[in-house]
Amino acid sequence: MNDLRHHFRTPLMRSPFHPRVAAANVLNAWAPWAGVTTALNFGDVAMEHSAIRNSASLYDISPMIKYAIEGPEAAAYLDRLTLRRASGLPVGAVQYTAWCNDAGHVLDDGTLFRLGEDRFRLCCQERHLPWLQDSAIGFDLSIRDETEAIAGLSLQGPTSFAVLSAAGGADLAGLKPFRLAEVHLGPAGPVMVSRTGFTGDLGYEIWTTPDRALDLWDHLMAEGAPHRLRPVGTEALNIARIEAGFIIANMDFVCAEQVLRPDRARQPDEIGLGWMVDLDKGRFNGRNAIRAARAGDTLRWALVGLDIDGNVPAEGAELYLDGKKAVGQVTAAAWSPTTKRNLALAQIRRPWHRDAGDRLRAEIYALRELQYHKLMLPARIVDRPFSSPKRRRATPPGMF
Amino acid sequence: MKDTVAPSTPRASNRIWDAIVVGAGHNGLVTASYLARSGLDVLVVEKNDWIGGAAVSRELYPGITYSNCSYVCSLFRPEIMRDLDLPAHGLQVLPYEGGAVFQRDGGYLATYRDHEANRREIARHSPRDAENYDRYARDLMRHCRFIRPLLMRTPPDPASFKPRDLSEMAYLARQFLALGADDAADMVRFWTMSISDYLDEYFENDTLKAYMTVAAITGTALGPMSPGTAYVLLHHYMGDVDGNIGAWGYARGGMGAVSQALAASFRAAGGTLRENAPVARILVRSGRTEGVVLDDGEEIRARRVISNMDVKRTFLTCMDPSDLPEDFLGRVRSFKSRGSSGKLNIALDGAPEFPALPDGSPCLRGDLHFTDSIERAERAYDDWKAGRWSADPFQDTMIPSMIDPTMAPPGKHFMSCFVQYCPPKLRNGSDGERDWTDNDRDAFGKAVIDQIEDHAPGFKQRILHVEVRTPRELEAEVGLTDGNIFQGELTFDQLLFNRPVPGYAQYRGPVPDLWMCGSSTHPGGGVMGAPGRNAAAEILRSVRGGVGNRTEMRDAYPVL
Repeated sequence: MNDLRHHFRTPLMRSPFHPRVAAANVLNAWAPWAGVTTALNFGDVAMEHSAIRNSASLYDISPMIKYAIEGPEAAAYLDRLTLRRASGLPVGAVQYTAWCNDAGHVLDDGTLFRLGEDRFRLCCQERHLPWLQDSAIGFDLSIRDETEAIAGLSLQGPTSFAVLSAAGGADLAGLKPFRLAEVHLGPAGPVMVSRTGFTGDLGYEIWTTPDRALDLWDHLMAEGAPHRLRPVGTEALNIARIEAGFIIANMDFVCAEQVLRPDRARQPDEIGLGWMVDLDKGRFNGRNAIRAARAGDTLRWALVGLDIDGNVPAEGAELYLDGKKAVGQVTAAAWSPTTKRNLALAQIRRPWHRDAGDRLRAEIYALRELQYHKLMLPARIVDRPFSSPKRRRATPPGMF
Repeated sequence: MKDTVAPSTPRASNRIWDAIVVGAGHNGLVTASYLARSGLDVLVVEKNDWIGGAAVSRELYPGITYSNCSYVCSLFRPEIMRDLDLPAHGLQVLPYEGGAVFQRDGGYLATYRDHEANRREIARHSPRDAENYDRYARDLMRHCRFIRPLLMRTPPDPASFKPRDLSEMAYLARQFLALGADDAADMVRFWTMSISDYLDEYFENDTLKAYMTVAAITGTALGPMSPGTAYVLLHHYMGDVDGNIGAWGYARGGMGAVSQALAASFRAAGGTLRENAPVARILVRSGRTEGVVLDDGEEIRARRVISNMDVKRTFLTCMDPSDLPEDFLGRVRSFKSRGSSGKLNIALDGAPEFPALPDGSPCLRGDLHFTDSIERAERAYDDWKAGRWSADPFQDTMIPSMIDPTMAPPGKHFMSCFVQYCPPKLRNGSDGERDWTDNDRDAFGKAVIDQIEDHAPGFKQRILHVEVRTPRELEAEVGLTDGNIFQGELTFDQLLFNRPVPGYAQYRGPVPDLWMCGSSTHPGGGVMGAPGRNAAAEILRSVRGGVGNRTEMRDAYPVL
């Protein structure tokens, strides 16, 4: 289908891994992600989640939006664009970051890879080319969407390093979290490996070109079999990311450029990203607004982790103070097999993120055989991550 | 600390513990943890140099971890894991996939976690059974919904007029009456029927019925045709893995991981655990329990003693009969705890290959069985009645290392074979009973291995090491009387307010300040933790003053 006029026939693109993903997607459970069809599961969400926490999992991250930002002033530009000090990031390191508009409202969060002194890659959930380009006026650099030029697999779980070693990456034993390296993985050829992920566990992301994608999948699956490697879909990953306390743009907050109702926009402090804000690094987009909101105490929201009684997931639940006053809503929720707790992420009105004590209730409607059971379950605000195994940071990593 | 007392004289320290728990089995550790979290000063004494009782993992072959006794996890109450923060202390439950029964003619019947795959697999054997399976599962779920809320409640004493007993009796009556006449009749039939009769009402295929029988005879000295076995099925079905009722899983690191997490939680709450401290006697003075005396004569005093041992071991071997009421002792003597099972723990150099299974079958990651008809299971039980181990044994066999990477290095495996039947004492015709010998044990092990080899040629060559356990080993090592894995059989006459003894179902012993928390008490065995949790609730209720913290002990999650 080389005729570019025929997009109406293929509204969803296929990932470079699609032939393998399709073969393993035994329930034909598909969902779009950034215009690409992706697997919701490979037949058994519970077993897939268990693989993330017990052995190793493979997840196709190719659809992630990726921008190449390259040029002598790339670092200075990113300092100006994002909340953190990008120029302080060493070559070969990765930074979790976010960026705001002038009102200090978050446009997106993402990971910034420093591939060279003047070469960066920004990975994120949504598309931002106009914003990135307009912000670059006056800087000597180029910005290019390289989403389709790069295929990626996320290899996560306690045996992920064992899999990587078996596949030829034993030299990466010294690779620390948020660091990246080039390595040759047998028939899959040279790849870039970063010790990053979205599970809060030991794990790696492996980056290659689309033409070598299937070789990479086949090689990892073959070498990973004795280490109980298993492909996983978005549903299992979503449980893992909730356990890790990670947020997703347009699920846990609305990207400022897409906000229709102006009151839905959020500052970093309102979605738990206040720790990123580096007010000392010089000017950056949103700095004045963020500083003003902090000084004027005008922040209205907070994003919190909740430990909710019972075992019915609180998806979409409204939060009540003393069972009466609505003070927030759950943005993501799951029964967590890892912590054996009923977990949720929620946006809550200040100052209740601090002062609610044991007064919060989650209003849950559990549909059972065509009738709702309405539950008002006590919810406690707890620290994120809900679960953080030591192996996540261990260097060298263990084999399981 | 230097011991200044001559070793031959009994030692006594001045310290008085708030509570001593005898036995570091999983229930003892559950009770101890709740008490310690409530601010009590708790000591757990364990006879072995390892903890966990029947929830134990040991490395008996280099690099390979065994689940030496209990081997799967489903019943352990998630509320307890949460209360005691066990995941943070290392407990992780791994769901496993399906399983298979191998048939004598070279075929097999698998189960799959996916509903449609499962239906079509059954339909391969019987299209009618495949469609009836859903009704069967629904009916079983109804029984589960009735019984699950009872697990985490102290049974009422029907002979008592205390307000709490009356209200609990009323609760039970309400639950029962809410069923309606037809469902109530079904319920009573279900509790009293044999699994064979029950399955005949749903299914026609022998292999499927044999598969469904597994959970109904596990750990029970009854055959599939014995009345009461349908309830045993329910006992194994009412657990869940993360809300998936009836599902089973492995504890990552073997079942000992349950005990290790409990011990860590207990210690984090300030509790003290002493291994190598076998209790010779529970001390009763002036009509109340005062502590324990260890085998070496050391006396440890406490305000209360909680026995995690089974009732027979507690009252018949660790107490002075003159301290106990005669009728109570009589009841304890007649409490049924006949051993029925043995276990093989096998280290393997490679995964067994079953030619019956198609390439890539997930069944090896689940439970495997070799008994393809109820009749064969019943004949295996006939051997037990005659005082022999089953010549054609019944197995519930798993290879946890297929899923758990911590149990064996890549390529190697740990295989757990739960085997019935295996009597506590052997008998040759009319010669009378005799104890197991090492030769008997090895011959029993051979029968089991031969059965696997029949279906997996070359299996024997992959064996690196085998641990064979008969009721003799279970009693000697774990302390389970007659090797009964449930600390007393799970038959209807021994459940709820009759467990272990009528009038003593509320975790209190017959002597003041003596308590029971093991699987001999309601709601019974399996690595469930509910007896230990319920015992802790009763003990805490009895404690007056002196306890600062109120522990968090949540109720059972509601059944919606």
